[in-house]
Amino acid sequence: MGKKHSSDGAGHAEHPKWMQHHFDTPSQQFASSKMGMWLFLATEVLLFAGLFCAYAVYRANHMEMFVFGHQFLDVKWGAINTCVLLFSSLTAAWSVRAAQVGQKTLMIVLLFLTMCCGGGFMAIKYVEYSHKIHDGLLWGTQYKPTGHAAEVIHGEEAHAAGDLGGAHGRVDAGHTEAEQVAAIEAAHGAKAAGDAKAAGDAHTAGDAHAAGDGNATTAAPPAEAGAMHATELPADVLAIDAAERSATQPAAIGPRGLVPVAETDAAHAEAGGHHWEGPIPDNVHIFFGIYFGMTGLHGIHVLIGMIILGWLIYRALKNDFSPEYFTPVDLGVLYWHLVDLIWIFLFPLLYLIG
Amino acid sequence: MNVTDTSITPADLGGYASREAESENFLSYPKGILSWLVTLDHKRIGILYLICILTAFFIGGMFALLIRTELLTPGPTIVDADTYNQLFTLHGAIMIFLFIIPGIPAALGNFALPLMLGAKDVAFPRLNLTSWYLWLIGAAFTVFSLVNGGADTGWTFYTPYSTQTDGAIISITMGVFILGFSSILTGLNFLVTIHRLRPPGMTWFKMPLFLWAIYGTAIMQVLATPVIGITMLLLIVERTLGFGIFDPALGGDPVLFQHFFWFYSHPAVYIMILPALGIMSEIFSVFSRKHIFGYKFIAFSSIVLAILSFLVWGHHMFPSGQSQLANFVFSALTFTVSIPTAIKMFNWLATMYKGEIVLKTPMLYALSFMFLFGIGGLTGLFLGALAVDIHLHDTYFVVAHFHYVMFGGTVIAFLAGLHYWWPKVFGRMYNETLGRIGAAIIFVGFNMTFLSQFVMGSQGMPRRYYNYLDEYTIYHHISTGGSYLMAVGFFLIAGYLLHSLLKGKRAPANPWGGNTLEWHVPSPPPYYNFKEAPRVGDPYDFSEIHWDERIEGYVFRKAEGSA
Amino acid sequence: MSHGHDSEQVGHIVPLWLLFGVFFALIILTALTVWTATHLHLGAFNIWLALIIASMKATLVALFFMHLIWDKPYNGIVLVGAFMFVILFLGISLMDTAENMPDMYEGPAPAVATE
Repeated sequence: MGKKHSSDGAGHAEHPKWMQHHFDTPSQQFASSKMGMWLFLATEVLLFAGLFCAYAVYRANHMEMFVFGHQFLDVKWGAINTCVLLFSSLTAAWSVRAAQVGQKTLMIVLLFLTMCCGGGFMAIKYVEYSHKIHDGLLWGTQYKPTGHAAEVIHGEEAHAAGDLGGAHGRVDAGHTEAEQVAAIEAAHGAKAAGDAKAAGDAHTAGDAHAAGDGNATTAAPPAEAGAMHATELPADVLAIDAAERSATQPAAIGPRGLVPVAETDAAHAEAGGHHWEGPIPDNVHIFFGIYFGMTGLHGIHVLIGMIILGWLIYRALKNDFSPEYFTPVDLGVLYWHLVDLIWIFLFPLLYLIG
Repeated sequence: MNVTDTSITPADLGGYASREAESENFLSYPKGILSWLVTLDHKRIGILYLICILTAFFIGGMFALLIRTELLTPGPTIVDADTYNQLFTLHGAIMIFLFIIPGIPAALGNFALPLMLGAKDVAFPRLNLTSWYLWLIGAAFTVFSLVNGGADTGWTFYTPYSTQTDGAIISITMGVFILGFSSILTGLNFLVTIHRLRPPGMTWFKMPLFLWAIYGTAIMQVLATPVIGITMLLLIVERTLGFGIFDPALGGDPVLFQHFFWFYSHPAVYIMILPALGIMSEIFSVFSRKHIFGYKFIAFSSIVLAILSFLVWGHHMFPSGQSQLANFVFSALTFTVSIPTAIKMFNWLATMYKGEIVLKTPMLYALSFMFLFGIGGLTGLFLGALAVDIHLHDTYFVVAHFHYVMFGGTVIAFLAGLHYWWPKVFGRMYNETLGRIGAAIIFVGFNMTFLSQFVMGSQGMPRRYYNYLDEYTIYHHISTGGSYLMAVGFFLIAGYLLHSLLKGKRAPANPWGGNTLEWHVPSPPPYYNFKEAPRVGDPYDFSEIHWDERIEGYVFRKAEGSA
Repeated sequence: MSHGHDSEQVGHIVPLWLLFGVFFALIILTALTVWTATHLHLGAFNIWLALIIASMKATLVALFFMHLIWDKPYNGIVLVGAFMFVILFLGISLMDTAENMPDMYEGPAPAVATE
């Protein structure tokens, strides 16, 4: 607690060394720093707002991408990560208390624990990411589902149509989650691989499913149920179908092709992601784009938070903090809490939509 | 008149006091280049910003001259079409992100804000310096794109073109991201300073109106800028990783990009103009020697403008495939913006009414501001009207409109503020006659350049086109001629301002008779702005400020007969 | 501007029982949100339920872990204001795209894509 005489002649004879000359009192300095931090946190909220906006817009308009895509996320890992972050928030908040009451060793231990939780969170994220990367469940142009299940059908393209039907059967019969995931991928891969050749067969398969779903969910009006398997229809049938539905709606067609998505696909997902019937929705990669965008940006923030915590530990070891001056601890911990706050919203929005 | 707060201090004696304090003024103490590069003094950081943004203005202006020269004749004149596309992109990006947005707040605001507030410094001096260095890094990225293939998307970076073109989009968007960070830190700093560092007596309604304007600006900087940050990051991952969120070929939505972009960029327009309006409130009052009319209306209209700026972004997207409903809502909301703006305009008019108007250089700029910003604002109503905008969208009418607002508004106000605070910053007077001539040349040149663009825009000349029909030639000739005239004006201004630094007369503490706190300290101000806590009075009360022939400046003295 | 003395207390010291109480409440809410998402089938309301629980958790963190309940009101206004602007941003973007977006995926596109 070294205090020294300030020589700036600014009117206050005695200033602690951490007092800056343009502040009059420690509480003014503390309140200013804290307000600055809160404004910075507001900018962080708005930085994430862009991604939340993308999420909301795509989810509101294309629920099916999200319902289908989120099955590949592991609720168990997500929930564990949530608890890890919540626990880190507890230790972080506790470390501020320790700083306030002068428990230096406890503060350092708690800050270290917080940092370790951050590391644990990132480790779990690493496991999750590597699964996604392995299965090719990535964003945009990188979206190429290639799990081991996909290999099963890649060998025999001729049977792609059969696999498409069979895949659904396996989804129903599957016991472990891994099997279900594999089956869904198989179905997806089959569609991608055998669209043209298997059009006729797939049509039949898809039709049967659509009929079944219509009964099961009651959410799909007949006209739209017909549209749901539009990808599997021969081109000429499809053209008529489209013309009947709307002559005025414009289509956006890109070089890589764009296929229609029926609005009611969501109806086919049963809660918990344990069943998937009916056609695989298109543009699922957008879900993974948003998933990686949000969790990636969040992960970067966790890393930055860990660096800040490390710096706080370093300064604490240097005896920079005291019950009179612990502003950096308070601000660093505020940042950490914000990272937690964002995850609190990310977890249900990404993992728990069924 | 019984204003007890404005008593006479030694500093009131102006130039005399300042010469005694020469050894400790912020320009000469401490010494050395390094002391400037690591300075935490808000006044020096303001000057560092000033040098940088004027450099950016010079570069952007050169691009503008090249563009105008290219458009002198239809078809190729001096550059090819691809180069032309890069020229207008960089002209826009440099002028907006490097010059106008940091222009008034970071350069003039940094210098004036703590002084006007009566504070020793901004709340976070180190953050302030950081934001200047971030500006330098952002500028480096932006200019790097120039030598690294150039960017040809226009400053708006619309997808999907920006994800497909071969330009150096990544470096320029990275530059914009970093510049955004710099802008956020400046705004954050100002907000905390205004909240927490007001000296005793400086209540919210004793704050000069410039500070209210800066406060509104800072709100927008803090709340809007992060969105351009994430937009630019998404654009970068879209280009590098093929993210697909904005790419229609992948099922993405390019209109969503426009929503993202304009959620920032419309408030950004107000980030540019609001500090300009603040400068105007100071100048109209001081040079009319009359209390500002409608103080609270002007103060609150700044905050209302800041909030309204977030509600109208869709008027940039009327023909972009935005929905009918959104078009309608945004068109209606756009008209509401005219209310706070008009409140300011009419209050300034009322301030001038029956005032003793002094036509010094800053006031000349302020009067041209009123004229040009008036035209700019009113043509904005044309563009806000849904039906009219369909015809005028992406024509030279839009170009003329935003140049009337951004140039005729912000740049003119920047020049007004520069001339207003120049004696305070550097302690030297510039040549008043040349100053007035410069202001006149800019005014005439500006109107030649952009009034003709209104005409050709309403006749259908599209913006950003390299070639045009012969019928537009005459307008392009006038426009290009006007731009050359403005260039002459700017070189004249640069000339006499630089000359004043070397040979200018020493400035008194209060050359214009202002009563805001910065005029109560010597010119240039001492290193520690105020030796003691300043006495705060009504910033627009001129009853105790009198011209003193001996120092050719104003002094603070109680009027005879007053208590 | 208050001119306190240097020894003025800065910040509020949160009692340990409160910190732990908030933590356990957060864990319980996490369990609750997982349970409701996997076992309750409320259709479109599921997402709102999840958001309500998330908002409750966020409020707990902000009020107690982040000291907002004892802090200067301005800091709370900043956070709430930021969320309001997020809602504004999302709300208007949604209002627009909800009118538009389905168009972009429908129509005769697949006929071209599969050829």
